[in-house]
Amino acid sequence: MSAGLKPILELQEITKAFGGVEALRGVDFALSPGEIHGLVGENGAGKSTLMKIIAGVHADFSGRFILDGRETRFRSVRDAHAAGIAMVHQELSVAPDLSVAENVFLGNQPTNRFGFVQWRRMAREAGEQLKRFGIDVDPMSRLGDLPIGLQQLIEIARVLFSGARIIILDEPTSALSPPEVERLFATLKRLRDEGTSIVFISHFIEDILRVSDVVTVFRNGRKVAETRAADTSKPALIEAMIGHGREALEETYTHDIMLPPPAEKPVVLNASGLSLARSLRDVSFDVRAGEVLGIYGFMGCGQLELARILFGKLKPDQGSLAIAGEQKAFRSTAGARRAGIAFVPESRRDMLFHQEPVYKNISISVLDRISSLLLKPSREREIAARQVDQLRIRPAAVELDLGMLSGGNQQKVALAKWLSYPPRLLVLCEPTRGMDVGAKDDVIHIVRDLRAKGLAVIVLSTEPETVLSLADRIIVLKRGAVVREFSNERISKDRLLEAA
Amino acid sequence: MTSGESVTVPASDRKRPHRLAVMLRSQMRNIAPFLTLICLFGFFAAASPSFATLDNLGNILTQISVTGIIAVGLTFVILCAEIDLSIAAIANVTGIAVAYFTLQESYVNIANVPMPGWAAILLALALCALLGLVNAFGLTVIGIPSFIMTLAMMQIAAGISALLVRGQIAYKVPPLVTTLGSTSIGGIPWIVIVAALMLLGGHLVLTYTRFGRYVYMVGGNREAAEYSGLNVKLILGSVMVISAVCAGVGGMLGVAHFGSAQQNEFDTYLLDSIAAVVVGGTSLFGGRGGIGNTIVGLFVLGVLNNGLDHVNIDSFLKILIRGLILLAALVINVYAQRLRERTAD
Ligand SMILES: Nc1ncnc2c1ncn2[C@@H]1O[C@H](COP(=O)(O)OP(=O)(O)OP(=O)(O)O)[C@@H](O)[C@H]1O
Ligand SMILES: [Mg+2]
Repeated sequence: MSAGLKPILELQEITKAFGGVEALRGVDFALSPGEIHGLVGENGAGKSTLMKIIAGVHADFSGRFILDGRETRFRSVRDAHAAGIAMVHQELSVAPDLSVAENVFLGNQPTNRFGFVQWRRMAREAGEQLKRFGIDVDPMSRLGDLPIGLQQLIEIARVLFSGARIIILDEPTSALSPPEVERLFATLKRLRDEGTSIVFISHFIEDILRVSDVVTVFRNGRKVAETRAADTSKPALIEAMIGHGREALEETYTHDIMLPPPAEKPVVLNASGLSLARSLRDVSFDVRAGEVLGIYGFMGCGQLELARILFGKLKPDQGSLAIAGEQKAFRSTAGARRAGIAFVPESRRDMLFHQEPVYKNISISVLDRISSLLLKPSREREIAARQVDQLRIRPAAVELDLGMLSGGNQQKVALAKWLSYPPRLLVLCEPTRGMDVGAKDDVIHIVRDLRAKGLAVIVLSTEPETVLSLADRIIVLKRGAVVREFSNERISKDRLLEAA
Repeated sequence: MTSGESVTVPASDRKRPHRLAVMLRSQMRNIAPFLTLICLFGFFAAASPSFATLDNLGNILTQISVTGIIAVGLTFVILCAEIDLSIAAIANVTGIAVAYFTLQESYVNIANVPMPGWAAILLALALCALLGLVNAFGLTVIGIPSFIMTLAMMQIAAGISALLVRGQIAYKVPPLVTTLGSTSIGGIPWIVIVAALMLLGGHLVLTYTRFGRYVYMVGGNREAAEYSGLNVKLILGSVMVISAVCAGVGGMLGVAHFGSAQQNEFDTYLLDSIAAVVVGGTSLFGGRGGIGNTIVGLFVLGVLNNGLDHVNIDSFLKILIRGLILLAALVINVYAQRLRERTAD
């Protein structure tokens, strides 16, 4: 819609290296006023890096940066803010201890003449803004007490209503439920029509095609394609991203799929009558060996709490767990691990050691298997290298600090740490969040492999595709209770959404 | 190392200085304290001819030994992003306890309970381990922040000390403690050897054992450690006990070294130990640093304390100067940390 307009922002020949790793190599990028610009590419392709350059996070790069026709250089995020550029980062970056209202106004609270914060006004305006975005929450509640999805929505809302004229959204929908995504898209389109320029990064190609005007594809630090969204298709984009022959990787699940009949295998985990404060009510289910149980529900349906109970991080108020018929009451996560349970939480930050090398991140949960007293670093590296290879983690260097990997590759490391000694029961929360289509496919194969080896797997997700692509049996949680179980029947994405 | 789609730049000359700079920056935490040490040493050596002598080096080593022994355990605690404020008080009470269970000269007016030397030592060790366990219990089971818990323990240990000596001074400790605390072998004071061995032991545990790895991981990201199935409480509890026992050993040898056991004898050791660990570059936020850093920190402190005695300045001014130099060292430490973080993002 903006083909003829002069770009508001233009980057030329951008190159950025971290140490010896070149994240961007001679990238050109242009953003027109009033356009939604979709950005896709494999994990580690350089999407976040380019956006961080625009948002002033990385000040140290080579190339030309032209804003409004004039060459500039941001030295900090503050400069970018002043120029009207705001970004929602891939990793949630909110202040959990501040109130919702303070988070909405982070850095520019309304003050009176004397510099005092006007609390009432701030709370009122924050409440109004959020309501416009369909979020109904007490603006004075502590942000950290809200579910992750809501926190993410609030962060998005903050940026959308900050008055910025260039808005960058780095995988904003990963923790949102379908209706929330719809609302976000409607708002994005409205902002675009008002003249705001928006960059939207996502691994959900359909979403990209649906909201963007222009799509740019990144691959291995280079821009490999830029087209109008109307002129391209999902297979074409996937091919540009990861190469020929794998275009059919991502299924859409609009058609029915058939869930298999339950296998006559021994029960690995039996949960009965689990209840927890306001989060869970009388949840019971069991998982058998060689079975993948999908647990689907919208954000805040109690999934996260349920998963944490299974791993001994939370204690249920009522109800019990039995592993292979034996009653267990975990006093710590260590107890759960000893009982053969492995757990991947939905948030990378909670799961990984960003200052430590990749191999230590992978070996941490198997250290007691490979060493009794003394560490065996060479064995650790060997195990890590095998996992890095199997999961195609890039760059494939086990010595690299984890914080230097791209978001999706970090997610793979979180999974890798449990696979060197497969547990009895694997609990995966949002296992494919933030992964590119190729990596998602890898995860699907890995989970199927594990299932074939007789492992029991529980997959909890707010993405219907994730559950549908992995599960043999699906239960749907709604406001903390099991409302529906799908087994041995036909199911589609629509029917799953309906049940939730 | 890098395979598949190569993301490593061929080592072009243009990139090389950059890479070195990155490496230097990321090592800043370790380099900065070392530079501080060299500067201080150079300064005092130039300012006073009596400073840079072998004799004086021996003095410095002896002077930092007790702090060194205490700082071993504290390093574990700080690596876990906790703090132990009770170390000096526990050192004191352990030193007093070992004297309390030893037969004193008749003029010492303490209602003590004489025992064989080995029993006195074991009882004293048991006492400091017990106090450490109480710290561990408060921190992990009840959930009191370590800052508060050990602040209370500081009072409790001081209270026990007061009850044991009641304002008096004891002089005798078991022969083994006397030997290790105040005699030399082949010209090297035993206390230096003990400190060196304990530092070495701490280093080996932290670097080469599974437990040591867990300490770093718990300090690096406690949440992640828990989600990796580590028993975080057990690890935190253990470091509190280790800290208390190291403090206790330091206290016993210290008493032998000073030649007396009395109330408030170790008060300055709390700040000195914390300063040694932190000035050395171990992060108060956990997960970074180690015994190597603590050793450098100990020398910075030792050189500073000793050197100021060799130069001719007002002894009251010295306290201020000492404080300022420590502040400067800490500023460098924090700044080095920032540099590193900047390279990491
Ligand atoms: N702070 C950093 N230090 C070192 N290397 C980094 C750093 N940040 C990113 N990289 C590297 O730069 C490359 C591009 O990373 P970037 O985060 O831009 O990928 P991305 O396209 O956003 O991927 P994802 O979809 O996984 O989020 C990766 O190879 C990554 O390892
Ligand atoms: Mg990214």
